[in-house]
Amino acid sequence: MRFHLKIWRQAGPDVAGRMVDYDVENVPGEASFLEMLDVLNETLVARDEPAIAFDHDCREGICGTCGVMINGRAHGSLRGVTTCQLHMRSFADGDTIWIEPWRADAFPVVCDLVVDRSALDRIVQAGGYTSVHTGTAPEANSIPVPRHAAERAFDAAACIGCGACVATCKNASAMLFVAAKVSHLALLPQGRVEARDRVRTMIARMEQEGFGGCSNTAACSAECPRDISMEHIARLNWESIKARITSGS
Amino acid sequence: MDTIAQKILMALTGLFLCLFLVVHLVGNLPLLMPLPAAQLRFNAYSEALSHNPLIRLASLVTLASVLVHTLVSLVLTRRNRSARSVRYAVARPAETSPWYARRMGLLGTILLLFLLVHMRTFWWEYKFGEVGVDAAGRRDLYGVVVAAFQAEWYTALYVLCMGALGYHLLHGVASASRTLGLHHRRYGRWLEGLGITFAVGVSAGFAVLPVFVYIMRG
Ligand code: HEM
Ligand code: FES
Repeated sequence: MRFHLKIWRQAGPDVAGRMVDYDVENVPGEASFLEMLDVLNETLVARDEPAIAFDHDCREGICGTCGVMINGRAHGSLRGVTTCQLHMRSFADGDTIWIEPWRADAFPVVCDLVVDRSALDRIVQAGGYTSVHTGTAPEANSIPVPRHAAERAFDAAACIGCGACVATCKNASAMLFVAAKVSHLALLPQGRVEARDRVRTMIARMEQEGFGGCSNTAACSAECPRDISMEHIARLNWESIKARITSGS
Repeated sequence: MDTIAQKILMALTGLFLCLFLVVHLVGNLPLLMPLPAAQLRFNAYSEALSHNPLIRLASLVTLASVLVHTLVSLVLTRRNRSARSVRYAVARPAETSPWYARRMGLLGTILLLFLLVHMRTFWWEYKFGEVGVDAAGRRDLYGVVVAAFQAEWYTALYVLCMGALGYHLLHGVASASRTLGLHHRRYGRWLEGLGITFAVGVSAGFAVLPVFVYIMRG
């Protein structure tokens, strides 16, 4: 297959960037989107041009490292997949494809399509953990967890932190990410202990990082490769309200 | 105040305004009665309202709600805009969220302008204008209403603005319930349906009144 690409090129964080046109040929339909960029990069390197920088690691949809805006959609328009799991067969031969980095002031561009998502890490560092030492897996019956809670906690924990929610949100809000992190711990007995402080510190950090607020448009959830539900945003709000109206222990 | 606290304020003031809308709609229903009951009942109701201290208080809370809701929406919108200073060259937001969920500011601005026009036409006239009296000797707000909706453009404006209200509420009610942390595994869908019914019912109810007056009392 052949494609006409329009790709954001930016040499570094403090220099101006622009969209640059490229043509790529001989791309197999079974190539992933990242492999298509690999093909293009090989031709660029052969011509002594700088390769296009993009983030990737596992290339099997589980690590959350990859992610670009493809024709105005985070990870492309195929539902429930990351960029590395999007295959060129879902495009038509000869398509023009616009490729841009995640855009959010909290995600500064590092180079080309690579953005700095450490703001998400700092939110997790602010409280997205349990500080009790849990040791090895406990005997299953010693900490009863209702099945529906386990299921929902697991759904939330499926978040791979790719940042598509922020990238697609009209407000560049990180609510769905924070909701997933707060929710999966709040639903489990091990996480309940610190639930109140956790929601406060994580929200405080989220605000500090400069993300926008949540307008509940649900674009984040629609674009999430892990289908994280809006229900978790409701739960985050609920936890936050509870933390506001109750006093600390 | 963080954005979540701001959203809680938006939701609480918004829901209070929803409550106000219901009371206001029910109060206006006498307009649909046959004459002369429509005139007498509507004017009696208006007079009763303007002398009831509880309603006085409620109208102050309503005014405060509109002000807080509007001001907080400005603060939020500014922050939300500034969270992405470099825009996408290509964006296809319509594929992931409905337009009215993304245009709450625009819909709200229409509602605010509508409120000003609405207050000028009825509240101001009733308070300070030259208004006749009905058979029972009460100030004839009914007459003001009928006179206002003789003009096609004014009636049409109302219907359009009620469309904006409907869309604002369509997203607003669902959004507010999420902002306040409501979700339920079993009743969630049911609640969603209730929100849609409310949005459509209230806006359609308010749109019917001017059309009815225009056609039936012309
Ligand atoms: C009858 C009048 C009104 C009612 C019943 C109403 C109701 C609501 C409700 C229930 C919400 C949802 C709150 C949430 O998302 O948690 C909302 C959101 C909103 N309203 Fe209103 N509203 C009214 C008038 C206005 C006016 C006059 C403005 C501004 C000029 C406005 C601007 C907004 C905005 C911008 C939002 C979205 C905020 C966000 O999600 O970021 N509204 N409204
Ligand atoms: S590279 Fe790991 S999810 Fe795409």
